[in-house]
Amino acid sequence: MSAIALAGWETVIGLEVHCELRTRTKLFCGCPNVFGEEPNTRVCPVCLGLPGSLPVLNRQAVDYAIRIGTALHCRVQPSIFHRKNYFYPDMPKDFQISQYDIPINAEGWLVLPSGKRIGIVRAHIEEDTGKTTHIGGGGRIHQAGYSLVDYNRAGVPLVEIVSAPDLRGAEEAREYVEELRAILVATGASDGKMEEGSLRVDCNVSVRVAGSAEFGTRCEIKNMNSLRSLGRAIAYEAARQVELVEAGEAVVQETRHWDEADGRTHSMRSKEEAFDYRYFPEPDLVTLAPDEAWVTGAREHLPVLPAERRARVAEAACVPVSTEAVATVVRLDLDGLVAAAVAAKADPGLALRRLANEVAGELDGRSGGDIEASAFVRLVHMEQGGELTPAQARTVLKTLVAQGGDPAVIAAGLGFEALATGALAAVVDQVIAANPREWERYTGGDDKLAGFFIGKVKAATGGNADLRAANDLLRQRRSG
Amino acid sequence: MSQSFVPDFASAPTAAAVASGVRRGELSARDVLDQYLDRIRMREGQVHAFNLVMEEAARARAAEVDQAVAAGGDPGPLAGVPVALKDLLCTHGVPTTCSSRILEGWAPPYDATVVTRLRAAGAVVVGKTNMDEFAMGSSTEHSAFGPTRNPHDVTRVPGGSSGGSAAAVAAGFATVSLGTDTGGSIRQPASLCGVVGAKPTYGMVSRYGLVAFASSLDQIGPFARNVADAALVLDVIGGHDEHDSTSLPGDGPQAASNLGRGVEGIRVGVISELEGALGIAPDVASRVREAAEALAAAGAKVEHVSVPSVRYGLSAYYMIAPAEASSNLARYDGVRYGLRVRGDDITDMYIATRSAGFGPEVKRRIMLGTYALSAGYYDAYYGKAQKVRTLIIRDFEAAYRSFDVLLSPTAPTTAFALGAKMSDPLTMYLNDVCTIPSNLAGHPAMSVPFGCGDDGLPVGAQVLAPALGEPVMFQVAEVLEASAPARGGES
Repeated sequence: MSAIALAGWETVIGLEVHCELRTRTKLFCGCPNVFGEEPNTRVCPVCLGLPGSLPVLNRQAVDYAIRIGTALHCRVQPSIFHRKNYFYPDMPKDFQISQYDIPINAEGWLVLPSGKRIGIVRAHIEEDTGKTTHIGGGGRIHQAGYSLVDYNRAGVPLVEIVSAPDLRGAEEAREYVEELRAILVATGASDGKMEEGSLRVDCNVSVRVAGSAEFGTRCEIKNMNSLRSLGRAIAYEAARQVELVEAGEAVVQETRHWDEADGRTHSMRSKEEAFDYRYFPEPDLVTLAPDEAWVTGAREHLPVLPAERRARVAEAACVPVSTEAVATVVRLDLDGLVAAAVAAKADPGLALRRLANEVAGELDGRSGGDIEASAFVRLVHMEQGGELTPAQARTVLKTLVAQGGDPAVIAAGLGFEALATGALAAVVDQVIAANPREWERYTGGDDKLAGFFIGKVKAATGGNADLRAANDLLRQRRSG
Repeated sequence: MSQSFVPDFASAPTAAAVASGVRRGELSARDVLDQYLDRIRMREGQVHAFNLVMEEAARARAAEVDQAVAAGGDPGPLAGVPVALKDLLCTHGVPTTCSSRILEGWAPPYDATVVTRLRAAGAVVVGKTNMDEFAMGSSTEHSAFGPTRNPHDVTRVPGGSSGGSAAAVAAGFATVSLGTDTGGSIRQPASLCGVVGAKPTYGMVSRYGLVAFASSLDQIGPFARNVADAALVLDVIGGHDEHDSTSLPGDGPQAASNLGRGVEGIRVGVISELEGALGIAPDVASRVREAAEALAAAGAKVEHVSVPSVRYGLSAYYMIAPAEASSNLARYDGVRYGLRVRGDDITDMYIATRSAGFGPEVKRRIMLGTYALSAGYYDAYYGKAQKVRTLIIRDFEAAYRSFDVLLSPTAPTTAFALGAKMSDPLTMYLNDVCTIPSNLAGHPAMSVPFGCGDDGLPVGAQVLAPALGEPVMFQVAEVLEASAPARGGES
């Protein structure tokens, strides 16, 4: 199923992102909130749901939830907890304590690097379940020979962030998750590790004729454990739905399971088979009503969020905020270096280009927090001042990213003679003197000869000259 | 009338007397315990108050108490007092069954807060008492381990669901005991067994370690032979607990704070709706009338008051309590603890385990509650019931603007015969018509023995108070106790 099959169709996506909070202890008990311990060693009567045990809400979890809500421009409101009832062995109580009609955070938004605003319906608090491993029967519970359950994760605090169906296409969905992840990490609430399951994404996908105002019937897709599989799952599911509709069949509202191995989604349960969760207010907890000071405090202590950081970079570099380089620099935490360039009166545009291209390429997706600002700024100055050619600057920058150090020393070590403007002027004058006939034609208006002189300068300096500076000098001599 | 197993209350020491004797070294906790264990040995076979008698542990504990006193220490306000615990209060390492097969083989790895507090006060736990399975019932007949019998007449029920705890105190198997009250499960058996039983304000006593039936209604409270002992125990177990989010802040019940003050000037409202209607027997109604007169004679201002919505309490209760129960009891699924009946797959295992592990009344309520919460029915059932609850609270608030306490019967009749109501759940449910409104409102209420019915069996008068009204409630109860007619029909 190719993208061509989707011509004339629009994919509508809403995402539900579960974010594990980085609290010291679990949501309703004092057990440590840690990943990767021996199974069933981080449990107590409360998170095991033993008879007689009662939940007591973790204040730090609420604080993180408020930070998230604030960062997503949500209304932070007094809220209550509900029980979501269904039987599954990874749930110690056979119900999950969650929030239902009155979540702590409602009606917010975030802005993608493209500038598009995506609505946030809610961001509510709930507890995580344990983990089941089904042995035999292809890993499905009903066919398994037996199942193992680890309750270490049971009761770990989650915030579930539900987007409006504002996303269009797999790429935008991925962008949204990346942006949301950056926000969650910035608030300190999450470590953002998708591979450890601290960020998990379910998605609702429907298709409609491009330009239509009606939504199509949606399917919920579960079990994507990376951004890549999210993109693949959406692409597959959208194509599947388009094929159905084009064949005159109806899309059935259902939950579907993404199979990473065969690259398809498979029906899990239809709307009719969907659980009736029998939500009702959790009688063991009281209304959660954070006072004004708490919410205000959280808002005031929020770090600068990615959207604001992009705005600052764009403004400094005088480029539109939707420029890809801007998003790249912020995503890789390199925007501090742009700011450093601005502070040192180095060319922020040049700094941005070098960061978004060479540095980003060199980092290969890693975050670049440990590049020394003063060294980077010095390099920008050297390139700007003609001490290094752009090609030389790129080479020095690669070494700088890989090993650190002083760019002047790196340049010297690479044999890049620092060619000061004075020395360059002398070379230019020599070249002019050696070629009087060509100089006469050039001053007479034959601009093509500029290339001739630049070539001579390049040859005379062994390639170590800033050719733009040489060109400037030529023009000065002609007009002078 | 068949043989009574009720010892002579007047000569047996109270909890206060036992504790003060033990603390002063005049009584030995071991000697006190022995008397109780002797009575258990002689009569438990007929009464069946206990699921488990903890003879060895109790002796060890009594010895500890005696040693503490001998070493110059003070074991606390319940020093050496033998206490029985309803078998849904978690006891570390000791089976806690809720009188259900489904918890077969399970022993909690922790103590309920009330158990910790009793022990810290020097109490000696003698055993875990029988109950209606998961506290669902009014006769203690819905127990997987067979019924408890009323010590006043073993052909009769002790009431329920805390029938074992009521019977244990009435039979002299323990000086005091703890029960739980979700819709009357302390007060009704107290009434039927002729002992004092108190349900405190919701949130006054921690529910941590109380195996939940209906979380928004459950409260733990004491049974005792007199009002002062009940107050003493309540003051020990009550007060804020950080393990229970619904636990009230503040200084605890202070149940004993107004004892001895009399009722001069206290305004008592007799609830008109609960005077004679709703199946309340004429002899019971007469005793309550006499109780009102006794209070008036002691200086209280007694009038009638209407609390119209109490009529709907029973219906609202039978939506809310089963709804919460259906969720609370979901965890008994055979996966982690208790009974597991194997099945072909997980669904089969769930069904087989729960079919075998729960008795018929529990199943009935799980189904009722599941239905009440189902999509499309929630608003009509659970939602509506919550509105009735609000109405009841409002009606009570109105009444308490003019009255300090309210008065009504506790149970509509005296103890009924075993088996009499087992075939008709609705008739059984009507037992709680007078007690349920206090649970729905979250208010305290207690039952005090006040004479006997035409059959010579005990009748209880119920004193109701507003939230946090324990001091005035016990104050009035104490006067009722003092003015109660001499017990008839006892051997």
